[in-house]
Amino acid sequence: MSVGLLYALAGAALVAIGLAGLLLLPQLLRKILAFNILGSGAFLILVGLGQRDGGIDPVPQAMVLTGIVVAIAATALALALARQLLDLSGRMRLPEDGPDAGAADD
Amino acid sequence: MTAALAFDLLLVAALVWSAARALTVADVFRGVVLFIVFGLLMALAWARLGAPDIALAEAAIGAGLTGALLLDAVGHLRAKREPGP
Amino acid sequence: MSRAVAALVVLLAAGLAAALGLAMLDLPEPAVRLPARVAAKLGDSGVDHPVTAVLLNFRAYDTLLEVAVLLLALVGVLALARPHAARAAAPAHPLLQTLARLVAPLMVLVAGYLLWIGAHAPGGAFQAGAVLAAAGVLLRLAGLLPAWAQPGLLLRGGLALGLLVFVAVAVAVLGQGSLLQYPPAAAGGLILLIEAGLTLSIGLTLAGLYLAGTEVEP
Repeated sequence: MSVGLLYALAGAALVAIGLAGLLLLPQLLRKILAFNILGSGAFLILVGLGQRDGGIDPVPQAMVLTGIVVAIAATALALALARQLLDLSGRMRLPEDGPDAGAADD
Repeated sequence: MTAALAFDLLLVAALVWSAARALTVADVFRGVVLFIVFGLLMALAWARLGAPDIALAEAAIGAGLTGALLLDAVGHLRAKREPGP
Repeated sequence: MSRAVAALVVLLAAGLAAALGLAMLDLPEPAVRLPARVAAKLGDSGVDHPVTAVLLNFRAYDTLLEVAVLLLALVGVLALARPHAARAAAPAHPLLQTLARLVAPLMVLVAGYLLWIGAHAPGGAFQAGAVLAAAGVLLRLAGLLPAWAQPGLLLRGGLALGLLVFVAVAVAVLGQGSLLQYPPAAAGGLILLIEAGLTLSIGLTLAGLYLAGTEVEP
């Protein structure tokens, strides 16, 4: 197995972890973390699969480079929105995720 | 070859473990710290994949700037939870 | 959410990972060899480093739109920033301030180096911009920079500069036929021009994402 394929497989695991976290965790900060992990997994799959025959492929590398910058822009916007929600409602979780706001995590 | 493979396997395991722990650890602050660790491990992974460009960007952006933003958000959250001593 | 639903989601996610992994192991050989095609055209791109060639030449429209997205995100963060976030930063420890004053100029130097070296080796506008932004965050943490509430005209100009230069170059070479197809002789200079603008704008924008959204503890 080539190095690229190994990291692509790790990327698949990270996508699954991020997806499960995004769906299951009620706290918005955790959701943002999960979203970033999901994105990192997708980046690893892109570059890893592109290089599964062992060579270096600059095209997915360049795409991932732009992707990282877009990811931090999205993260910063999401954090600003979450902070706004915290200021307005006193909680950092979505209203439809139930009233169990007293959790230690909140 | 075997040493390189062992390093790759270790790094992959550390990546998956830190990602899972960042989401499941009880304290949000520790989750964010684990996520920063995850970002630095990602930079190592990019270096192993022969992508120094991405490694540079990931170390500065993924671990540095994202970490600063997240830690600031945690600080804000804590300040709201425990209004001043 | 009940435990049964949570267990089901975890199970489905694990199934997704397994399916993805199996699909990856079963992939056929790629029909198009992209690295070879990049290498074949590298001579016409104006730079020697393949990743920079892809970013700023072969797939330059990706980068153009990405800078626009970055700017939009900052507009969103600025729209959410509240006026009281505009306080001057609390003074930090003198040691941190001194360190920040010493390191920040070096970081600007490193950014310039990364920008220049990007034509031949790993580096380029994104990394240089990230280092610039890190310098901004460091100065903010040391209490030497105020938060942004309403960026002035000069700052707004700096934020938009990269995108404007990029669009101007794209319009200028439109006569060549297709979008962002530089004439090979001028490609190197044009790429450096775009990258210089991008470095400044990306650095300011990334720093702004931190400086606009955050506030210091009173």
